[in-house]
Amino acid sequence: MLRLRQRGVLPGFRLTLGYALLYLSLIVLIPLAATFARASALSPMQFWHDVTTPRVLAAFRLSFGAAFLAALVNLFFGLLVAWVLARYQFWSKRIMDALVDLPFALPTAVAGITLATLYAQNGWIGRWLAPFGIKVAYTQLGVFVALMFIGLPFVVRTVQPVLEDLDLEVEEAAASLGANRWQTFWRVILPTARPALLTGFALAFARGVGEYGSVIFISSNLPGKTEIVPLLIVTKLEQYDYAGATALAVVMLIASFALLLLINLLQWRSSRYYART
Amino acid sequence: MKALLALLLASALVAMAGAKEIKFLNVSYDPTRELYREYNVAFAKYWKAKTGDDVVVQMSHGGSGKQAQSVINGLEADVVTLALAYDIDAISEKANLLPADWQKHLPDHSAPYTSTIVFLVRQGNPKHIHDWDDLVKPDISVITPNPKTSGGARWAFLAAWAYALEKNDNNEAKARDFVARLYKNVPVLDTGARGSTITFVQHEIGDVLLAWENEAHLAIKEFGADQFEIVMPSLSILAEPPVAVVDKNAKRHGTLTAARAYLEHLYSDEGQEIAAKNFYRPRNEKIAAKYAGQFAQLRLVTVDGEFGGWQQAQQKFFGDGGIFDQIYQH
Repeated sequence: MLRLRQRGVLPGFRLTLGYALLYLSLIVLIPLAATFARASALSPMQFWHDVTTPRVLAAFRLSFGAAFLAALVNLFFGLLVAWVLARYQFWSKRIMDALVDLPFALPTAVAGITLATLYAQNGWIGRWLAPFGIKVAYTQLGVFVALMFIGLPFVVRTVQPVLEDLDLEVEEAAASLGANRWQTFWRVILPTARPALLTGFALAFARGVGEYGSVIFISSNLPGKTEIVPLLIVTKLEQYDYAGATALAVVMLIASFALLLLINLLQWRSSRYYART
Repeated sequence: MKALLALLLASALVAMAGAKEIKFLNVSYDPTRELYREYNVAFAKYWKAKTGDDVVVQMSHGGSGKQAQSVINGLEADVVTLALAYDIDAISEKANLLPADWQKHLPDHSAPYTSTIVFLVRQGNPKHIHDWDDLVKPDISVITPNPKTSGGARWAFLAAWAYALEKNDNNEAKARDFVARLYKNVPVLDTGARGSTITFVQHEIGDVLLAWENEAHLAIKEFGADQFEIVMPSLSILAEPPVAVVDKNAKRHGTLTAARAYLEHLYSDEGQEIAAKNFYRPRNEKIAAKYAGQFAQLRLVTVDGEFGGWQQAQQKFFGDGGIFDQIYQH
């Protein structure tokens, strides 16, 4: 593990680094720079005014809040699914494995319409929840459900390979040294999977914050209540207010970047910790 | 390799020498899919008979504002057929692809067909919805898209406003209160007309859908007259979806003549008949009389007459901090 921090024996470090930087610039940095340039058309006062109206703040709370909660739930259920897929053999395993990827492949609008249809008052699921007064479609809960659906594969796909690599003997060793099942999970399995879990969480969260297609179909999109930030951006674009739209985008980017950086730091620390022990 | 290249070149030359094939792109809004599918076939036949050239019209559909946005950002449309003049104005203003007076280039403010906003209610009209007044009653749930993202919803908003103004002797404060109460009854603001239709028809939410007349007819055609019926309010708005040649693009592509003919042919008897068949109100009186049965008569106000044109209406009602935003501020 410590080796990672050395340059490695293969030549071509400069070439690959140069290529990676070029690629990153073309695909990520230049479009981002353009976004910032567009937003700079606003004066700082105007910028601040645009991104702090009550309606915008409500949208930020919903976008980040729902994405965070959805990623959190996916952290647990994703781990569970990954565990089942990595550890057990059963007849429908391949189908289940493929099903996990479905949210990746499905066009998001299709996912949104499907979820809205399922959870509407007359839908397959919604009609059983309605008698209890639980409404999912067209509420904030609906936004959360859509983001959970979208985010699940990120956690499963990052954690599953780590669990598959984990030798059964490690667990046996822990057991033979006197650890009970809970201790084995908490002190042996979880630390190994932690960096992957954090990555999965970060990916699911980032995707959830930016998600547009599926959410707008299951949300009622009411200003101040169920309106997400990407929709506000689209709304501003429809009014040809490019600067206003990019102002929101810039705030979203900065917030997302800060959170992802934090998660990456956590992950880096936890993998270093793991490498040393 | 060389032989292959020569072959390619030769075949390209042969293709060029034969009948010309003209390809152009019509960027349109959402509910016109059926209309232009039928019209494109008819126009291709007409143009072939007239000039011997084959015409292939490619279509792009989406929300009107988004489509205009794409053209401004470089989507190479030869022709635009959008939901409101404001969006074509934007193309002229922001990208300078066609002259500012584009609307004068074709008859009837460049709108070859018109439409209006009607109510679609559930079979038997269980909530007794007959006019705009009924929409602001507390137990009525209204489905309409967000006027900020949907062209159709903007027409609907203005129709409600025009009704409220007239009812309250032109008192703006009362009209504002009226539309505020109307939007309080809207549980879901979809981003586009098709989204709202799905919410109303398939998810069975709401008592009434404010719909394009042609969308309402399509919903009935698709789901059966035993499920929904159309209610005509006492007053609505004359929606004039305009069409225009995007001059600069068409010139560069060498499609100017065909693109112009394409739009002019919309005004011919054949074009008008296809519009009427797809539930757009034709301008041509002869055709209108023929299809009078499917278009109920009602009083229609115009944006130019009632609101001083789209530029003003847009700014006052749908701009940042405009009346629509104010409704949702409390």
